[in-house]
Amino acid sequence: MNYLLFNPAVLMVAMFENGSTAFNPAVLIASLYVFALAAFLGFQVISRVPPLLHTPLMSATNAISGISLIGSLVIAGSRYDHHQLLASVLGCAAVTSAMINVTGGFLITDRMLKMFRKKETAKAEEKK
Amino acid sequence: MSHAQYFLEATYLIASCLFVLGLKGLSHPDSARRGMILAAAGMAAAVIGTLFHPDIHNYIYIAIGLMVGSAIGIPMAMVPMTAMPQRTALSHAFGAMAASMVGIAEYVIHGSSLGGIKMGALGLEVMLGSLTVTGSLIAAAKLQELMRGTPITYRGQQFVNLGLFLTMITSFVLWLTHPADAHYFYVMAGCAFIFGVLLVIPIGAADMPVVMSLLNSYAGLSSAATGFVLGNNVLIIAGTLDGFSGFILSILMCKAMNRSITNVLFGGFGTPVTAETAVSGAMREVSMDDVAVQLAYANQVVFVPGYGMATAQAQHAVRELGNVLEERGISVKYGIHPVAGRMPGHMNVLLAEANVPYSQLYEMDQINPEMPSTDVAVVIGANDVVNPDARDNPKSLIAGMPIIEVDKAKSVVVLKRGKGKGFSGLENPLFFKPVTGMLYGDAKSSLTALTQAVQKV
Repeated sequence: MNYLLFNPAVLMVAMFENGSTAFNPAVLIASLYVFALAAFLGFQVISRVPPLLHTPLMSATNAISGISLIGSLVIAGSRYDHHQLLASVLGCAAVTSAMINVTGGFLITDRMLKMFRKKETAKAEEKK
Repeated sequence: MSHAQYFLEATYLIASCLFVLGLKGLSHPDSARRGMILAAAGMAAAVIGTLFHPDIHNYIYIAIGLMVGSAIGIPMAMVPMTAMPQRTALSHAFGAMAASMVGIAEYVIHGSSLGGIKMGALGLEVMLGSLTVTGSLIAAAKLQELMRGTPITYRGQQFVNLGLFLTMITSFVLWLTHPADAHYFYVMAGCAFIFGVLLVIPIGAADMPVVMSLLNSYAGLSSAATGFVLGNNVLIIAGTLDGFSGFILSILMCKAMNRSITNVLFGGFGTPVTAETAVSGAMREVSMDDVAVQLAYANQVVFVPGYGMATAQAQHAVRELGNVLEERGISVKYGIHPVAGRMPGHMNVLLAEANVPYSQLYEMDQINPEMPSTDVAVVIGANDVVNPDARDNPKSLIAGMPIIEVDKAKSVVVLKRGKGKGFSGLENPLFFKPVTGMLYGDAKSSLTALTQAVQKV
């Protein structure tokens, strides 16, 4: 019977049965729209970044994905009926990791971008 | 919705727009800094908005996290530019760590009451996040040379990896079908942590640009999955932008090596090759003064840097030599291969740090047509990216990889530490061509000596 578990139809039924109370299809569909549109937008915007700036691009997107900080903040600060300590500690670890990326990411991106100079400014910098 | 929630959603919408504008700014070095300031403002708006979230009652853990995070994050932004690859690998690990902790916490709090769809997203989030954490840590260790950079391979490696992958997916599916049983969840997460290690250990240091881009992509996608779990659009948008950026970069890096992603991940490249190409002729060693004269009377000089320039910290010495040449009216350009170095754009950042204006940094496709009219091409610690075998020898391991065609220049000088082979272990016929002169020694001291010699000419 195990092979049945890999059958998508069985899986779908299982998912919907479990989630019939907590799950709202409209939210999922809206989220999928957001995901698809963000993917297209990302593709368009990022394809235009020149190879010159690929390292700053990587650190910038890293900093931006530190936005998971907002999810971590809510977990670290909320009150729960059970597993309070475990949830708060996990939340605190998540806030720490995300904050490292937010502060470190934006600062180092700016530090790098400051170094990309035009010819005249580079020369002026030399003379100082 | 309460007023507070409307306010919160407004900050998230603003943040999303500012993130896109910020990345759009990166399309040109002149607008890049302004763009990133916008993105940082977006981040600040979203974070400050969230601090007023109605569910938050206890600020102690938040304060600890924010302070410890800043205390680690700020020094991590001060690392020298040569350490950028390992720093970036570490930040992939932290990003993925945040996502995977959020996922685990959500499951601890809500258990199976999350419902099937959210559990599916949560599973993806935890799997991608966990394997990125360990994978990135291994990548960082390799880049920092805490671990040897050569691929670690053993018999049956692919079967072990496949077995572990299938175990992970099976426990994911079993968990979805038996939501009350948390064991499956923890087996899945554990497998993901181990899988990250196994995925990266067989990959050689020269393939790091691809791995870095892939891990970047996974870290982003796990943040996007977090957005699905929490029903938060700004997380989905930011995570997707990050995920796709990493994805595009990995495709570009693979193209620049003429290999597929599967080949990079599972190919075990860099293992010693038996089918060696017969190379005729001998390497011609040249003296410092000969090179100085050649450079001093050239019309155009192109520098082609590779990872060796980063290890020798020679970027400042290159720029000094470049300045001396420019003062003599010589046109100086830098030809940069997309996979030169250990991460995308690595060489550009190092040269920019050394005050080379970006107008002198040329991409491979821009510099190749200029090669025949170049008098001297100076190769600094680069090997495979200038190996003519990639173009001429269809049997070569790197056949079809686009290269910077330095051998078309009138004269080539290769700065190399010793007579050994490149990272891939391939013989480089460029070194045996009559047009090529070899200048052995540490790149930095060679360049400094060359600068002085040129000034005396």
